[in-house]
Order: sequence, then structure tokens, then C-alpha cells
Amino acid sequence: MTARVLLIEDEPNISEAIRFILSRDGCDVTALADGTGALDAVRAAMPDLVILDLMLPGLSGLEILIQLRADPTTQSLPVMMLTAKGQGRDREAAERAGASHFMTKPFSNDDMRAAVRALTQG
Amino acid sequence: MPNSPPSSPASLTGSLIRERRLALGLRQGDVAQAVGISASYLNLIEHNRRRVGAEVLERLAGVLGTETAILSEGAGGALIDDLRAAASTAPGEKPELDRIEDFAGRFPGWAAVLAAQHHRAAQLERAVGALNDRLTHDPHLSASLHEVLSALASVRSTAAILADTEDIEPDWRERFHQNLHQDSERLAAGAEALVAYLDGSDTAVDTGLAAPQEEVEGWLAARGWQLAELEQPEGLAQLLTEVAGLASAAARSLAADFLRQAAAEAQNLPDAALRAALARGEDDPAVLARDTGLSVLAVMRRIALLPGSVAGLVICDASGTLLFRKPVDGFALPRFGAACPLWPLFAALARPMTPLVARVEPAGRAARVFRTLSICETRLPQGFAGPELREAAMLILPDDAPRGVGPVLAIGSSCRICPRGRCPARREPSILAEAGTAAGVQ
Repeated sequence: MTARVLLIEDEPNISEAIRFILSRDGCDVTALADGTGALDAVRAAMPDLVILDLMLPGLSGLEILIQLRADPTTQSLPVMMLTAKGQGRDREAAERAGASHFMTKPFSNDDMRAAVRALTQG
Repeated sequence: MPNSPPSSPASLTGSLIRERRLALGLRQGDVAQAVGISASYLNLIEHNRRRVGAEVLERLAGVLGTETAILSEGAGGALIDDLRAAASTAPGEKPELDRIEDFAGRFPGWAAVLAAQHHRAAQLERAVGALNDRLTHDPHLSASLHEVLSALASVRSTAAILADTEDIEPDWRERFHQNLHQDSERLAAGAEALVAYLDGSDTAVDTGLAAPQEEVEGWLAARGWQLAELEQPEGLAQLLTEVAGLASAAARSLAADFLRQAAAEAQNLPDAALRAALARGEDDPAVLARDTGLSVLAVMRRIALLPGSVAGLVICDASGTLLFRKPVDGFALPRFGAACPLWPLFAALARPMTPLVARVEPAGRAARVFRTLSICETRLPQGFAGPELREAAMLILPDDAPRGVGPVLAIGSSCRICPRGRCPARREPSILAEAGTAAGVQ
């Protein structure tokens, strides 16, 4: 079954690279560039996985995660957080808020593929 | 048997031959015939399955209108080593190491970009590690590093896609090449901005303030380092009101103490009197101190804060912590961390009340020589029963002496951003490329 992934990442080139490698791996990837409409998009699509950048314009990745976990319809949805080295405190906060997995930038494509497979096939 | 050049390695050379032939629009059979070998043999050579002998290589170079060295060397060994190093630092990526020469041969330009990015990434990751603990305190640095890491993440993923995806569609390849170029530019700009920031080139006011001392210095810098109001009856009160607007309570307190001290010193040595003395050539701080009853260190502060003064000033306590920094063009003062241990300031710190005059040349693109006057003063604020406190100051003045006259001490700003590679006083590696200049007396 094709895994449906919602990618919320404001860096267009990173977004493009992730879309390419996951699409090649058989995923159906939809991408958003900011956090403002993210919650509505998640609720409308109910994807198999949300990949969420921590630092986003509009609503931050952490705020989106907190709201997803507070909503019974999305509280168990797998959410992979994209973080950067040096965002230790934010990462801790996301961990407490219930992130399913963390991917630290710069990441390897193989790690990304493996994590997405694990999160969508579990 | 005459000496003949050794055969070229099969891999890489074959790819280069093929690339050259295709670039010229020549058919494999035609080239093979011109060289005097079979088309199938040339095909094996081009696919790196046969080593090419020196004679055949020479004939191939002739037919393809190039030099044998270009076909046999193409990408240098250093590039291959760099690509191997890049591959080894990519956990889980599993690039095809057995095809590394093929990759370098087919895409020499992109291979060079990848190797250069690997070097840059390693350099920046070191910087990121070292500066990690500053992130939560310094919003500007945090934003700059995030920018660099984002560009780095994109470069890494995109380069891996280009290297690993053999059947990539031309449109995607073109797009990823553009992205790679775009992110390389962004990475370079981000790295330059970071170094400029660490070098203190940006003003504290513009870049987000991290410490109360920086806030005070930012305020002074915005005023052009002059406090002419202190000469007026209500000047001190006026300036105290101004610093009451500083962001942090600690900065407000530091600034108020500094202003009261500066006001007292200005009373003993007003601007007009100091300016007249300097115009007469009486610029020795020790002599001015003798004549005014101020300490030598206080006179240095007066000289540095005189409106229009080109003098820089650094003051430190007994721990070497910089308490005051008035920068001067060409003499970078570290914003964070310890300063260069070779500064005459620290030599003076070890020898209280011993005046020290030294000519110094800070590391930098535009090498300039400065004359420095340093002295350390001691205080016993709690009498004989209490601790002795030390403060050392270094006045930084333009040097008018011709170059080559007398010794000049080669110094830096702070080890981390100093390019003097072989400095005997180095505490830690620099994030900048080595200039290969040893520090020390020249």
C-alpha cells in the first residue's frame, strides 16, 4: 500500500529533495511550505505520516505537534520532526509533546527512507 | 627496452575518454578506426574494463584533440581522496565507492563541488559544535547557524540524489543542479556572515546582544564612543536617563557605574585640556596622569573616549576577562571567549605598574601595525586584609613608524577565529583556513 506523507517544510530545496527520495520509494507526498494551514491540511488528509520541520513560519512545528496531540483524531498519528543541530531545547520540548521520531539536519537520504518506512509500516 | 610511461588506470581514464568523445560528437567506431584499435576494444576501455596503454592513450589524445595528461589524470588523487572522505562521513548513505573514479570522471565539476562542500561542511560542523551552547543566548547566532544547517541539509540530500540516482530524469537532474548551485551560494554567504559575526565586524546593536557588557558597548558604539555631555552641568544626569533605557537591568547598572567613573575622570581632565595637551605632543598617559592626579589607566580611558579619538582601548581584570573593548579598524577584539594570549595587555597584567610599549600586527586581510601602551594597576579595596585586585589596560594607537623599523609582534584576536596556523600560543584549532604565518616577533 502506498504510504501517504504530508511534508511541512519551509525550505523549498529540502522539501524538493525529500519529496523526490520518498516518491521514488513509493510514497505519495504532499508538501506544505508553512505552518499556517498545516492543522487543517492534516485533518483533511489524515496521512500515514506527517514530517514536520521544527522552525516554520506561521505556526511553529512544536505548536502544530502540540495541537495534533491534543486532538483525539490526530493524537496517534506518526509525526517525524525535522530539527537542526543546536535546537536541543526545542527538541526536548517536542519529545515531551509526543513526537514519534526525530531527524536531524543535515540527514542522510538512507536514514530518511528507513525512518519513513519504519513509521508507515509499523 | 625503452622507458615508456606506465599504463593509465582503467577506471576514470575510460570515462574521460568517453566523455571527451561524446563532447566532440564522434562515433566510437570512427575513433577506434583512427586510433587503430577495434571498436569493441575501445568500448571496453571507455567502460573502464580495460587498462589503456601509453601508446594507445597518446593516439586517442591526438584523435580527440587533447593531452594525454588530461585523459589520464582528469580528476586528481586529492579529489578522489576528498570524495572518499565525504563518503566515509555519510552514515548509512552507502555510496558506491567502487565507482567513485567513474563519478569523478563523468562529472568532474560536480565532484569538485561535492568535495568542496564536504570540506566546508566539516569546517562548519566544527563551528556548530563549538558554538552550540551559545545558541539559546544569542538569537542572531542561532538564526545564522540555522540558515547554514538548512543549506547544508539541502546540499547533502541533493548531492546524494545526484550521485545515487542513475536513472534520474533530465528535468529533475537540471533542477537539482540548480538547487545545489543555489545552496552552495547560500552556504558560502552564511559561512561568511558567521565568520564576520564572530570576528566582531557586525555591530552589537545590529546583531542581537548577548551580554550586558555588549549592550553597554553597543550603546557607546552607537554614540561614536564619545560622552561630550559629561562636560555639561546636567550631562551626567542626562546620560544616566539615556542608559536607563537599556534592555537588561545588568546593562543599566554597568552603564551607570561606567558613566559615574567617566564623569569623575572628565572633571580632572576635561576634553579641552586633554585636547590641548595632545596638540602639544604631550601624549604620554603616565605624564598626563602625573599632572592631573588621575591613574594612568584613567588617562587611557580619557584618551579613548575623547570625541574624534582614533585610539582603541581594552581593559581586563586579573582573570584576563575583557571588561571594556573600544575597537579600532584593523584590530579585531573578540566578542566571546578569551583573547589572544600574545597581546601585550596580558604581559602587563603579570607585571603591575610596569609600563609596556609594543608594536603589534593583528592577523587580518589588511595587515596594519599599531603602537600599544599597556599597564596594570592594583587596588586594595578592603585594605591589607582583603584581596589585591588588578586591572590592566592596553591603549591601541595608529603606528606612524615606517615598516621594518623595530620589532613587531604578530598577534590575533582569539584562537578560534585566528588564521595564524603555526602560532606557538595557540590554544585550539581555528575555524578559519591557516594563513601559514607563525605568530611571534617578526
